[in-house]
Amino acid sequence: MNKKIVIPGQFLSNDVKNAGSGTYVDDGKVYSLLYGILNDKRRINVLPFSGKYIPSRNDLVIGSVIVVTPSNWIFELGSAYDGLLHVSEFPRRIRSEEMKGVMNIGDSAIIRIKDVNPAMKVEITMRERGLQVIKYGRVIEIMPTKVPRLIGHSGSMISMLKKETNCEIFVGQNGRVWINGNDNDMDRLGEAIDMISSNSNASGLTEMVFKFLRNESDVEDDVDTNTVSEDVEDIQANDVEEVPEDTSRKIDMLLDPEDE
Amino acid sequence: MSKPEKFFDDEGLRLDGRRVDEIRPMKIEVGVLSRADGSCYLEWGNNKVLAGVFGPRELHPRRMQRPDTAIVRYRYSMAAFSVEDRIRPGPNRRATEISKVSREAFEPVVLTHLYPGAVIDVFAEVLQADAGTRTAAINAATIALADAGIPMKGLVSACAVGKVDGKLVLDLGKDEDNYGDADLPVAMTQDGDVTLIQMDGNLTQDEFKEAMELVKVGCKQILEIQREALKDKFSQFDNEEIEEETVVEAPESEVEVEETIEAEVVMTEEAESEIGDEVEEDDENDDEPDEYTGDEPDENTDDEDVEEGETNE
Repeated sequence: MNKKIVIPGQFLSNDVKNAGSGTYVDDGKVYSLLYGILNDKRRINVLPFSGKYIPSRNDLVIGSVIVVTPSNWIFELGSAYDGLLHVSEFPRRIRSEEMKGVMNIGDSAIIRIKDVNPAMKVEITMRERGLQVIKYGRVIEIMPTKVPRLIGHSGSMISMLKKETNCEIFVGQNGRVWINGNDNDMDRLGEAIDMISSNSNASGLTEMVFKFLRNESDVEDDVDTNTVSEDVEDIQANDVEEVPEDTSRKIDMLLDPEDE
Repeated sequence: MSKPEKFFDDEGLRLDGRRVDEIRPMKIEVGVLSRADGSCYLEWGNNKVLAGVFGPRELHPRRMQRPDTAIVRYRYSMAAFSVEDRIRPGPNRRATEISKVSREAFEPVVLTHLYPGAVIDVFAEVLQADAGTRTAAINAATIALADAGIPMKGLVSACAVGKVDGKLVLDLGKDEDNYGDADLPVAMTQDGDVTLIQMDGNLTQDEFKEAMELVKVGCKQILEIQREALKDKFSQFDNEEIEEETVVEAPESEVEVEETIEAEVVMTEEAESEIGDEVEEDDENDDEPDEYTGDEPDENTDDEDVEEGETNE
């Protein structure tokens, strides 16, 4: 087995050339810097159990506005550093009086980190397709270190979640997850995400979550057959089965024109 | 309680039944505070300490920010009810001093340069004091820092050594501290580099050398307990899937919402998986390292302040 829990200062290897992230080299030996899981399949990396998000260039994140100035929005990114979005980086022209109308304090948006300088001044852009102010849906926070787990092996987890819950999902690198769908689906998805984040070290997690979502929907169906809303539920169920892609697309279409 | 008549019984055991080179039993729980980024509850004999780590986070006031590195703030504080006679809560001369030396004890191990301009806040709260609280607080703070995911070159372990009745003893108990001849709290890294040393009382040069050897052994034992505590927290997940190098791409395509997130994840497969995944995390914290089978020290009651002696460098 090549994975185990390591703690800071633990000796990992003599293979200095392959020292990767979460490690340091001292006197020809590789030690762990972090409390996490060792992965030495190719390079010697330590994946931390926890930790704050550190902004890095080109990351897609979800931020929330904390300050509005006449020409800038300042975003809180769930990290030690705030991000600066200049009006010129917004997709359309905005006069300074309109700033608060577009995004006010407390509003969230999907944004891209344009640049981070050595003093950790973070510049943000929204001039890109798909980057938008979040107007509906929910934002859930998970530990940034668990983002890879939520996405899964080449997106396996995330596409499973989308399929099973018929929700639209966006995962920001800073551990904020935007989900959108109908309320029941979002509740279920929220529980599934909680499950992923609290069992992030378990194996066969995708399978586990899949079963969880399937069982949950069985239970719901059982309950709903006794109620008047049977028909409605059926229609929704059909939607899930037949046109998940279509629905997603519609949502996407709905989102986009608002920016134009 | 006044000064005991003798500090050792006929068999050479101490007041609480320990040998001279034996530390008190230590119990560590990791991640006990939900709102902290990292936390630790530590019991060491009758000491009870809670440590919480917040950050790295934005530092206010801004004038304290350092453009090239993060700063560490350490607050050692004794709860008003932690000692026999209620102490006035809040910072005092002693707490301020201990906070300063404890902060410096972490300087060589914490990689602050990764978080320029930020702050890492460490709070160590003594809930019950019974001699050696600064060392207990440091031991707890190390675990809390690791739990918060702060990069460190290693853990810091701290232990005191002292002299009672002309004899060197490891990890002073309350009476040994109050009525002993010397108290020497030491913190060190895993390599044995001393990051904190204070002394109260007098030791000869030879005694000092011997004391340092003794405390080195004590710190090694504590380091082992700390390691076990951290490993225990997740021990049910001995077989994990791990992903890395996740790259989340921007939505490029016009219609395919699936491409909102395009992740490139490399996952390494685990070898075997027999341990149940559904094991509650809480079960783990109950395991305490019990290789140190020192008897629980007697409840030492004393109307004197539990203060571990004034520290004169």
